[in-house]
Amino acid sequence: MYQTKYHKPASVDEAVAALSSAEDGKVLGGGQTLLPTMKQHLAAPTDLVDLRGIAGMDAISAADGVLTIGAGARHADVAASATVREAIPALACLAGGIGDPAVRSMGTIGGSVANNDPAADYPAAVLGLGATVVTNSREIAADDFFEGMFSTALGEDEIITAIKFPIPSSAGYTKFPNPASRYAMVGVFVAQTGGGARVAVTGAGQDGVFRAEMMENALSSSFEAGALDGATVDSRGMLSDIHGTAEYRAHLVSVMAKRAVDSAV
Amino acid sequence: MSDGIGARVERKEDKRFITGKGKYTDDVRVDNQAYAAFVRCPVAHAKINGVDSSAAMAMEGVIAVHTGPEMKEDGIGDIITGWSITSKDGSPMQCGVWNPMVTTYGRYVGDAVAVVVAETQAIARAAAELVELDYEELPASIGVEDAFQDGAAQVHENVPGNLIYDWEIGDEAAVAAALEGAHHITEMKIVNNRLSPNPMEPRSAVAIFDEAEDHYTLYTTSQNPHVARLVLSAFYNVAPEHKLRVIAPDVGGGFGSKIYIYPEEITCLWASMKTGRSVKWTSDRTEAFLTDAHGRDHVTKATMGFDAEGRIVGFKTDTLANIGAYVSLFATVTPTYLHGTLLSGCYDMPAVYGNVKAIHTNTVPVDAYRGAGRPEATYSVERMIETAAREMGMDPAELRRKNFITEFPYQTQVILQYDSGDYHKTLDMAQDIADVAGFAARKAEAASRGKLRGLGYSTFVEACGIAPSAAVGSLGAAVGLWESAEVRVNPVGSVEILTGCHSHGQGHETTFAQVVADRLGIPVDNVSVVHGDTDKVQFGMGTYGSRSGPVGMSAIVKALDKVEAKAKKIAAHTLEASEDDIVIENGEVKVAGTDKSMAWHEIGLAAYIAHNLPEGMEPGLKEAAFYDPLNFSFPAGALICEVEVDPETGVTDIVKFTAVDDFGNIINPNIVEGQVHGGVTQGIGQAMLEQVVYDDDGQMLTASYMDYCMPRADDVPSYALDHNATPSPLNPLGVKGCGEAGAIGSPPAVINAITDAIGTNDLQMPATPLAVWTALQNAKSSMAAE
Repeated sequence: MYQTKYHKPASVDEAVAALSSAEDGKVLGGGQTLLPTMKQHLAAPTDLVDLRGIAGMDAISAADGVLTIGAGARHADVAASATVREAIPALACLAGGIGDPAVRSMGTIGGSVANNDPAADYPAAVLGLGATVVTNSREIAADDFFEGMFSTALGEDEIITAIKFPIPSSAGYTKFPNPASRYAMVGVFVAQTGGGARVAVTGAGQDGVFRAEMMENALSSSFEAGALDGATVDSRGMLSDIHGTAEYRAHLVSVMAKRAVDSAV
Repeated sequence: MSDGIGARVERKEDKRFITGKGKYTDDVRVDNQAYAAFVRCPVAHAKINGVDSSAAMAMEGVIAVHTGPEMKEDGIGDIITGWSITSKDGSPMQCGVWNPMVTTYGRYVGDAVAVVVAETQAIARAAAELVELDYEELPASIGVEDAFQDGAAQVHENVPGNLIYDWEIGDEAAVAAALEGAHHITEMKIVNNRLSPNPMEPRSAVAIFDEAEDHYTLYTTSQNPHVARLVLSAFYNVAPEHKLRVIAPDVGGGFGSKIYIYPEEITCLWASMKTGRSVKWTSDRTEAFLTDAHGRDHVTKATMGFDAEGRIVGFKTDTLANIGAYVSLFATVTPTYLHGTLLSGCYDMPAVYGNVKAIHTNTVPVDAYRGAGRPEATYSVERMIETAAREMGMDPAELRRKNFITEFPYQTQVILQYDSGDYHKTLDMAQDIADVAGFAARKAEAASRGKLRGLGYSTFVEACGIAPSAAVGSLGAAVGLWESAEVRVNPVGSVEILTGCHSHGQGHETTFAQVVADRLGIPVDNVSVVHGDTDKVQFGMGTYGSRSGPVGMSAIVKALDKVEAKAKKIAAHTLEASEDDIVIENGEVKVAGTDKSMAWHEIGLAAYIAHNLPEGMEPGLKEAAFYDPLNFSFPAGALICEVEVDPETGVTDIVKFTAVDDFGNIINPNIVEGQVHGGVTQGIGQAMLEQVVYDDDGQMLTASYMDYCMPRADDVPSYALDHNATPSPLNPLGVKGCGEAGAIGSPPAVINAITDAIGTNDLQMPATPLAVWTALQNAKSSMAAE
């Protein structure tokens, strides 16, 4: 039988302790990926460390040009947050478009970012905004955090506590949902920042979320959709499945990037 | 009568459904309950050399692990098919043997190999993972075209070339001659995509063996519990018919997939006897994708010839039908007599010919699914005529009008005789509602936004009310397709209808009650409908093929005729009047033209108290009837789909969908419209979203909703519906059936609209964004090449 020991720590330290003493422990954020995976017997952790009992993990605040979102903030919280809507409307919009109402009422930003599903929305925002992932032991720049499909720089017993997003002058996110699952088949986050334009693509790449450099260069000189004419991504790096060939995904990256720029506020 | 025929009575059954109080098979909990989980063949074709259940048996809570050879030893029979087809050379069809659980060869991914019975569902499922199969993988045939190639892997040793039958209908020579002299010929390869039925409630069974009584009870998700009992007893030897009770309680959708009696139900009954426990099994969604009978999966080459005026001179189709690894209950008739007989469409075709080759593959069995053969025929006919119109530079509606059948009854060249219809007026109405006249302006406006607008038609006819027993018997059916009813008037005048039909979403509790309410003038709330239990209801054939209206309700009418005749005799006797002067109106039984009357409940009371009945009359008021239809009924309709395609992404938006149908007389417009909504939505699903995909090794790539795309509310528009009824002259209510029409008629309307929008006809279903974008790219590059 599949048996799992459930922990509900009251602090990050307790959570880390529970995790490090477990044989094969997993952190439970909102459970929107982990629990279905366990139900299908595709994952069978010996211990589940539920972060939802840790006070303050879902705090959202903005100060000094940085929006900080606690790892336990649920997608619905982020979508509805006046702070997020004012600081980075594109991020609120992205959160409001994840999954369905049930998923948004349970799933958390920390869980999504830690899981780094290649078709998840949040990684595009984290990378596209050049955010910083804060853990119990350190801060990791987005560019160093995502290491490929379902793979991140997180250490074995490391827990994300918050994400710090530098507030851009404008940003936009547009996704093309997979017709069946409605995960992002191609999702493009564009941001105009002090350091130039950033373009991050989720759903499409074989190695998970990535930055589209040719598009960043084009937008850095002129942040408008027309600047992206001729700026492409290489289809050789794209995923291919029954819903979208690599060529189709590469094409959609260009289309979604333009639409993201058009929608940017 | 406000509750009678034609009234929008709210569905009586919805209170329990929408408050979560429906009682489904999985809700059944009995004493001594154990749970089954199946160990399934992991590859498309394998020789199973051994099953090692030792690790599973060692798990706490596991009661038993059983396999196919043990079932065989106990005399459990092989799974049968219900319709024998004869090939065009006169030879009988060849089918592979289907053991409920594998005895030697597993022939598709999901084929049941062993069953684990355990104390809980979780233990049963976990233990099933520990059962080790020793198997040798064999070459497999997956796609229907590949399976019919020379040298293809054999699915069954006794079916050479995987060819089950090579059947034909119509006059091949006449069609060849007509095409020879045709002014214009349209040819196409048409693929009818493979679908998974996806009823909301997955299949489930609870089998209860009572050792003291040697009696079995099976709760199961069935559209036809009596047929299940008959087949389980007569062919599968699970129990004698009188020692087996089958109950199909609330059933959450079927679409055909719950007609059949599957390995799991048989196994649960047998395992209940083996273990002495009640055995429950409920499919999970992936198991449903892997093991529920699929639908469609035809590849057709079609040729249609026209004279200079645009009249059809001949139509020919050659079809490969994928039957899957085993021949399911109605799998053989779906591509033949439910498909070939509809190839004339609603057109006066002087020559028609259809050839169908049924092919075994290493995939789950394919059988009837909402529409069953008629969607495949309609898709071929309606894609062809629309394409021909474009090729000949004619308006597709006008080309249809030139060929419409206008006189009824109409004898087609492919067996059927259509009962009634008014195809021109139906199309007129649809064109008005769809504002076809304004389409050009809408197209131009869409173009100004960079969007491609298209409009497509489907004018379909289909055959419902399956079916006259002697006629289907002569064509190979093993059963008759009549229906039964019993009308019981209680002493207080309320009425119970016992029907052999089965409601799994259709709303029989409401419509059937309306028929009684209309006839007797009593409120629908005084009428209850009993169905779905072989201990309660007389033998009946169940619900499929849009038959509950034309066949099931006709049986009720026949029984009501008898009830009414007896009621009139009682009234005439009591009121001292002539029987001929008695009328039943507004809940009263009256002497016409006088103030003498009895209330309906007084008739019931008189019948059961029996103090003063006419001499020789038996007490009581309860009558039964069996109704065997004279013919199919022929619903028809005109559907118009208008779409807008985003050429950058290939995304299609259905901006308007118009359906004007002829279902004959309508009992409850709400329910009929609901059926159209559901049917058209499933048709849009087939046209744009749904497809079962197996990879080359026979692993299913679409075994969950992550990859199998069901229609959602935001995929479909708000439908514009109307009706143009021409009552069927062949049944007492003049009804035609409406359950399948939407799914039958809509796919070609959608594809005709999309291909009109994108300006290329090179598009197969499902027209996903990828498919539409690819078609646009191909059209661009072939234009560039020219």
